Formats: sequence, structure tokens, C-alpha cells
Amino acid sequence: MSDASHRVTIERGPDGDAVPQVFEVPAQDNQTVLDVVSWIQQHVDPTLSYRFACRVGMCGSCAMMVNGVPRWTCRTHISKVVKGGSVAIGPLRNLPVIKDLVVDMDPFFDKWVAAEGVHHGTRTRDDPIAPVDAGSAARVAADAGIECINCSVCYAACDTVAGNDAYLGPAPLLRAWTLLNDAKDEGRAAILEAVSGSGGCHNCHAMGSCTAYCPNALDPMSAIAGLKRETARAFFRKGG
Amino acid sequence: MRAARGITSRAHPLWVAYVLHRLSGLALALFLPVHFYILSLALTDPARLDGFLSLSLGGAVKAAEVGLVFLLAVHMFGGLRLMALEWLPWQPAQKTVAAAATAVSFAIAVLFLLRAV
Repeated sequence: MSDASHRVTIERGPDGDAVPQVFEVPAQDNQTVLDVVSWIQQHVDPTLSYRFACRVGMCGSCAMMVNGVPRWTCRTHISKVVKGGSVAIGPLRNLPVIKDLVVDMDPFFDKWVAAEGVHHGTRTRDDPIAPVDAGSAARVAADAGIECINCSVCYAACDTVAGNDAYLGPAPLLRAWTLLNDAKDEGRAAILEAVSGSGGCHNCHAMGSCTAYCPNALDPMSAIAGLKRETARAFFRKGG
Repeated sequence: MRAARGITSRAHPLWVAYVLHRLSGLALALFLPVHFYILSLALTDPARLDGFLSLSLGGAVKAAEVGLVFLLAVHMFGGLRLMALEWLPWQPAQKTVAAAATAVSFAIAVLFLLRAV
């Protein structure tokens, strides 16, 4: 295999009957995995379906499985993942495949809402804005998780999600944790209720794949551990 | 092989710690009934128990015991690690804690081996 090209295997088709298809893609300097997929679509097969938007790691739409690892493809250089001139690219794990490399993100976003990952405001525009103490422990905890780009890499990496359809998953629980620690959010009771149900935070086995593969170096595992502590505390306060 | 289902997405220390904890628990669950059966021989058939106890002085059984001590230790320290993870203030060095739990378990097993030989 020469360095002049990459041997790229792409899993194609709807879930269940995905067919691996091999493409030779010319190697270029500073080439990302997304560049490789785009080259195939633009030069070899225009029917290849994949999803991307910003190309700079902001929008969270281009995540795929690359050699068995969920990654944001726009910020992953092909030189970092290619093995012996070859690389295998597939649709994100744990989500239904629509076509080729495009997965249906609905279950992921539905769980985001089910985990109460929405703003719970009580003030109107006429009220003063809630004061935020930037140095407080709660704000530090919230800040640590708010840069999530909803790419679903953690969701694809999680074996608990793979084994339990009802499990909310790392990113939704991380968002629940940031809102729980947000001085502007008044949804504490609703959040704790949502994340302590049958699909909630107590399903997590602390395998840590979410934290290991988060492209933004966030730590959903610690957020889920925090939710476990808070839900337990709320449970004992209520007296069972 | 489906890229989406490869094992590589799990090849990191905390996932290995998780599997080690589960497998050690399963192995101990299989061992315990045998353990209690052997103990029950003290009441039901002391002669057979004595026969087994003399067998347990052999090298193979000693080696198995070293494995058993490791399983017990790694399951206990792995469990303590998880309880600390879930109940104590968050500690960022989770990989180090998992590695320490395994290392201490290994040291205990080696100590048992040194005393056994």
C-alpha cells in the first residue's frame, strides 16, 4: 500500500444489511476523515449519504464510527486513524441507520428532552436575571459540561445504551447535571425525577467510554456520578 | 467485520476495570456453592473432607487458590472503587484508582503465593 492513497472501507445501506464497500482515496496533507468521505461522494459515488455542516467541530453532526471508535470526523485527521493504509468507516453505533453513514438522531434528542434537558425558567422578561456566582462549586460543575455539541459520540460509545434501549445515555444526563447546577434553572425536582426513573442515571456501570471518547474532553461519567449522589440524597431526604 | 461493532471502542482502562469486576464476580458466584459444599462435608462426610483437605496441599490447588485470592481481592477493591466513585466527592483520577485497585489485588495474591510456597 503506497502512502499516495488510503484504502477506505465504508459500511453502506440501511441497518441490518450494511454492505462494506472499498474505495481508494488519494492521500493529502492535513486530510480529515470527513474530507475522505466527501472525496468519495464528490469523485466516485454521489449516492453516498453522510451528514456534516460546520466542518470545525461546532455543530456535532458528522460523528461516525472510525475503526470501531466513535469520532467527530471533521476534527479527526486520517493520518491518526489509518492502519496499514486502511481505515473502516461506519454509521454511529446505538442509533437506527437511515442510509449509509446517516443515522436517525431522534432517539438521542428524545432522551435529551426525557432527561429534562430543557430550560426550566420561572421568571418573565420583566424580572431581573438570576445572579450567577461564577466561582461557586455548582457553577464550576455546570461550566464543566456545557460545551456539549450533541454529537452523540458518547451515546455511540456506551455499552449500557447498547444493552438497554430505555437508558437515557451520557449526553442527556450530562445536560441534566449542568441544569441541576445552573442558578438560572428552576427544574430541580423535575430533573431529579426524570433521571432517577428506570432509564435513568442509576443504570450507568461507570465503564467510562463516554468520557474516554468525548471529542470535547467533557466528562459525562462524573456528571452521572453526581446525579446518582443527588438523586440518592433527595430520596433519603424524602424519607424513602 | 462491522466497524460499528468492533471491540476497539472499549479498549480503555475503565472498561477493562468494569469487565474485570463483572467476571471476578461471576467466577466467585460459581466458586461459592462449591466452597459451601466442601464445608458441608464437615457435617455430612468428615472422611471425604479430610481427603479433600490433604488434596488441597498439592501445587495445582494452591495455584488455583492464588487465583481465587486475586478474584476476591480484585472484586472487593473494584467494588470499593465503584462505591467511592458514586458516593464520595468526585475524584478525576479514576484510571489511577482502578489501576491501584488492581495492583493492590495483585500484590495480595502474590503475598498469598509467597506464603503458600
